[in-house]
Amino acid sequence: MESPARVPIRSDADVVLARAQGRLLAAELGFSSTDATVIATAVSEVARNIVQHAGRGELQFDTVRDRDRVGIRITARDNGPGISDIDEALRPGYSTASSLGLGLPGAKRLMDEFEIHSELGQGTQVTMTKWGS
Amino acid sequence: MRVPILRQAKYLIASIQSALTDQELLQLRDDLLDQAGRYRARGVVVDVTVLDVIDSFAARTLRSIGHMLYLRGAETVIVGIQPEVAISMVQLGLDLEGIETALDLEEGLAWLDSRTG
Repeated sequence: MESPARVPIRSDADVVLARAQGRLLAAELGFSSTDATVIATAVSEVARNIVQHAGRGELQFDTVRDRDRVGIRITARDNGPGISDIDEALRPGYSTASSLGLGLPGAKRLMDEFEIHSELGQGTQVTMTKWGS
Repeated sequence: MRVPILRQAKYLIASIQSALTDQELLQLRDDLLDQAGRYRARGVVVDVTVLDVIDSFAARTLRSIGHMLYLRGAETVIVGIQPEVAISMVQLGLDLEGIETALDLEEGLAWLDSRTG
């Protein structure tokens, strides 16, 4: 595993930087232009989720390998209020901070693997992976 | 960076030049509403050709722009959504329901001409 890239998330400008980082890494790993766009879009959703619900956090980008496959894994961490009902948060249309409620469920649909760990008062960690062919 | 808005006869053309933050998208919405009223625009083109990501916030804001301008008496057309962006939007479950789209600026202006006479 190569050394990870990290992008601190504190504002909506950082959401744009995180998108660009996701696209850059995806291109370096040989993902198609369409997959790079899909990854950048999922990154945008989880990064905005941090800004809206926790105020600040970080995204980590890792290259992962499994036999002859290469993938990109994005871990989004914050120390925000946490999510009380994860199943509910992943249902399209669920919304708190006046978002459309498509953020997390949207990112889940775009990626191959998607996991959320959250503890109330402790924070949230989203881990999502896209595999190349 | 503020999105430049050009005036061409009875239309406004907002030509997005780079990736936009959420705040900049909201600024564009406010600027368009303000200028559409001031210049009595009948139609607005929002050119998103350079956007390499349209996520849920951007889609919602583009939709709001169209609906709000409609309430102010102007038609809106979104032009230049890239093929990769269209694929991602559909996979994410986003649409621009109720908003007109066109391939490029030329097609967008032709549509406005057909609507506003």
